[in-house]
This record gives sequence, C-alpha cells and structure tokens, in this order.
Amino acid sequence: MNGSAISISNIEAHVAPKEKRKGKLKDDTAWAWVMLLPNVVGFFLFMLVPVVATFVLSFMKYDMLTKPKFVGLGNYITMFSDPIVWEVTKNTALYTILTVPVGMCISLLLAVMLDQKIAFRRFYRAAFFLPSITSMVVVAIVWQWIYNPEFGIMNYFLSLFGIQGPKWLLDSRTSLVSLAIVGIWKSAGYNMIIFLSGLQGISTSYYEAAKLDGAGLWQQFRYITLPLLKPTTFFIFVMAVISSFQVFDQVMLMTEGGPGRSSSVLVHYLYQNAFQYFKLGYACAIAYLLFFIIMGITIFNMRMEKNMRDNY
Amino acid sequence: MSNKRILILNKSIAHVVLLIGAFTMLVPFIWMLSSSLKGLGEVFVFPPKLFGERLVWENYTQISSRFNFLQYFMNSVKVSAWVVFFQVMTSATAGYVFAKLNFPGRDKLFLLYLGTMMIPFHVTVITNYLQMSFYGLVNTLWSLMLPASVSAFGTFLMRQFFITVPNELVEAAKIDGCNPFRTFFMIALPLAKSTIATLCIFCFMGVWNDYFSPLIYINDSRKYTLPLGLASMKGMYSTDWPVLMASSVIAVLPVLVAFLLAQDAFVKGVMMSGLKD
Repeated sequence: MNGSAISISNIEAHVAPKEKRKGKLKDDTAWAWVMLLPNVVGFFLFMLVPVVATFVLSFMKYDMLTKPKFVGLGNYITMFSDPIVWEVTKNTALYTILTVPVGMCISLLLAVMLDQKIAFRRFYRAAFFLPSITSMVVVAIVWQWIYNPEFGIMNYFLSLFGIQGPKWLLDSRTSLVSLAIVGIWKSAGYNMIIFLSGLQGISTSYYEAAKLDGAGLWQQFRYITLPLLKPTTFFIFVMAVISSFQVFDQVMLMTEGGPGRSSSVLVHYLYQNAFQYFKLGYACAIAYLLFFIIMGITIFNMRMEKNMRDNY
Repeated sequence: MSNKRILILNKSIAHVVLLIGAFTMLVPFIWMLSSSLKGLGEVFVFPPKLFGERLVWENYTQISSRFNFLQYFMNSVKVSAWVVFFQVMTSATAGYVFAKLNFPGRDKLFLLYLGTMMIPFHVTVITNYLQMSFYGLVNTLWSLMLPASVSAFGTFLMRQFFITVPNELVEAAKIDGCNPFRTFFMIALPLAKSTIATLCIFCFMGVWNDYFSPLIYINDSRKYTLPLGLASMKGMYSTDWPVLMASSVIAVLPVLVAFLLAQDAFVKGVMMSGLKD
C-alpha cells in the first residue's frame, strides 16, 4: 500500500503538477480536519459556546435552581444603578493606575541596568523573575504576614526610619495600595524581560553614533532608547492594563474585598454574584461590562498609538 | 574623566540599583524560608529575627500529618500532567495544520482563535461552570483538566513556529509518501522542540499555580489542588504560620526547579509572548 502511494505521488510530482495541486487541496482538507478535531472540539465547547452563552444569560435571571427567566436589559439597567458596581469599577481603575505606571518604570529601570555586560546578570534576572513564577496563593500567604501590623517586617522596616507604618490590608484607606504593591512586586520581573528583549533589538550602532556626537547617558536614553523602545512599551502597557483590570486572586486571598468594599474589584464582585449570591444572569452582565471596558480601553490605546505614530 | 572611569561608575550604580531590586524581590522568599524553620512562638517575636533558637525541621515533617498536603500535591501533579500533555499536543497539531495545510476557511478559523485571545477568562467561566455541572463533572478533577486541554494562545504559539519551517521540507516528505500527520509527527514536531519546551513551561506554570478554576469547580477537600489547599490551610490554621510557610516552600519548589533548570526557555517564552502582535 505504502509503496504504491510513493510511486503514485512520484509520478504525479513529475507528470501532472496541476492535477497534483488540485488533489493536494482535497487531501489536505480531510487531513486538516482530522488533525484539528480535538482542538476545534475543545475550542468550540469551552470557548465559543461559553462566550455566546454568557451573552445570552446576561439577559436572563437565573439562580441555578429555578428555570432562567428572560428579563431583557434588566440586568444591565440594574448594573448601572448599582452603587457597588460603580465602586468596584472605581477600585479596579484605581488599582490599574496604581500598578501600571509605577510597575512599568521599575521594570524599565531594571531592564536598562541589566542590558549590559555585567557580573551576576543571570542571578539578577532569576531573582527578578522569581515572583512571576510563584503561585499567588503563596505570595498572598507571605505578604499577609509581611503586612501584619504588629509582627510584620514591613512595619519593622519602616520603623527603622522612624516611620509608624499603617495597618496595610486591615485599613480601608490602605488596602488597595497594599494589593497594588504586591501586584507590582509580582509582575515587575516579567515585564522587565519583555523590555529586555526590546532593548536587545536596538542596534548598538545608534549608541556609538550618539557617543561620537557627544551625547551623555541620559541623552542616549531619552533620544535613542525611549523612542526606539516605544512598540515594546506600548505592548507592555496594553497587556498590563488588561491584566490589572482582571485582578482577582490577591483580592480574594488577602482581603476578600475588604475592609468593607475598599479593595473589592470587578472580577471579585462578578465572583460573588455568580458563586455566592447565585445571581448568575447578573454576573454574566458584569462579565460583559468587564469585556467592554477592556475592549474600549484597548481600542482607545491603539488609536492613540496610531495617532502618535502618524504625527511622529 | 576618562571613558573607563565613567564605565566603572556606571557599573557600580547599576549594581546598587540591581542589588536593591534583587533584595526587594527576594526578601519575601527569604522570609518564607526562615519562618518555615521557626518555632510557633518565634514568628511572633518583635523585632523580627531571621532565625529562631534552632532550625525546626519538624515543620516540614509535620506538613503531611497536619494537613492533607500529599493529596493536594498529587491532585496538582495529576491535573498538571494531563493539561500540559494535552494542551501541547492539541496546540502543536492544530498549529501545524494552520501553518502548513491548505483547506478552505483556514484563515477565517485561525482569526477566530486569535479573536478569542482578547476575551477575558471571566467571560467564559460562569457558563463553563454550568456546562461542567450539566455533564456532572463539577467537583471532579475533570472540570480542571478538560477546559484547559485546548488553548488558543498555545495554538497560536505553535503556528508561529511551524510557519518558519521551510515548505520544501514538507513537500519532500509528501513526495516520499508521508501523509500530513506523519509529516507533522516525524518531520515537523522534532524541529519544534524548543517551542514545545517553552509552551510546556508556560502551561505547567499556569496550571500548577491556578487558583481561580479550582476555587470555582471544586468543593470537596479531597479534590483540592495545591493552591486551593494552601488557601484553605491559611483559613483553618491561621495561627500555625511555620507549618504553613513550610507547605508554601514545598509548593513553590516544583516551579522553582523547573525554572532553574530551564531559565533560558522561560525567558525565551516571555520574550515570545512579548512578540505576540
């Protein structure tokens, strides 16, 4: 069987290239679908169906016990008059503002420092990257202890400088900031590596030329590194904003949104509605609110970037 | 000032910055390690000390008798092994099809995959839960393994690699009588080793550390994976910090070992995710 297949395809290859191409397309289609099948089935069941089903369910009232009831735009109308939705959206935005710019500056600083022949490079890189690979549960356990107002090392450290530290996670004024610090700490190394790959893409000849022209280090950074790094910076910015709008694990683990609602975020409220209050339709509406916020911000960012590029 | 001296000055400034950075990143881990070797009362000492009276190794031997740690660990191993294997296989196969086979609708289908990468996980999780409960799989490890067996990102990553494989190679295999699956399995797959390693690492890290899915799907404490188990220990035994810290150390170890063994693959993976667009 195999032998004949070889000879036939050999003949086809030499004799009838056009015929062969036609045959190939047909063959490929069957094979392609056979090979795609497991992936496509999973993709269909666990991605496409849920995306559509969540949208449909967002127009219904459903508590998992009684039959779903169609309520039209009811959930969305409730959502816009729900003060908690506004509060958690505000908290989510605040968390993003607290983490993204500071985190990016730290990542960029570390990346620039590492982007040279320097001793212990691998050690530094590994140390910065370590938090990114650690489970958020472990991070939460350790940081909760670090933040402990009585025995934690955070306030001990501050006391060395004569500063009376706050109650961190236990105070509604500092709970969100405390979570943001953990967020920055955890993702700095990851973004640093992406920055590093961007930096390595910049040709050294630019710097050499600048040096010949007498540009100092700051000038080199300002007029060569920053502009040429813009695509990387933009990419990290977009991804960081998207992921900080989806923050959940550290909130659930370290404060459960408290004290009060001071550190509750969108996904946390979604989780509560779906799996604690059993308002599944409402939770689906919140899921789509999150989706549209993220889409909106991403499209806005891309427009901005395009404008900046066009005006450059 | 000569050029050389500027260079040395730079390097020492860089070392200071980098040392402060590394210190900040490592302190929580050092603290975790040191607390895991303290006596119960010693963690409450203020000002805090790095070491207690003696190193209490019993904290580690006590883990399995105090908590159902071993069970959580085995559940995590099981789920991770399944998900890594199947996600890599489905991603590699489909990635190859999208890169090297011609069939009508290919590009549209691939675009659909790309489009879903922008959708937040939380948009699908509620109805996925309902689906799992419909199949009767809630509260089983299947609810963690099945949905994670396919990944649009993994498929994308593998396709990006297979695109770079020369068409001549695929054609030659075909002329020699290989069907597309054999060509994929015997010719293309061995070439993809490093991309597969990257995907394995990413996938493993994601599953091993996943807290959200088990939180939603699993109620029965015998089915807990490590993150959920640790989180529940935190609630139950909030006073026994040393043992909790020791458990955390053990929980971090597998990923840490994987990272130290394959640091370059990790870094490459992050860089590749940075080249996504």
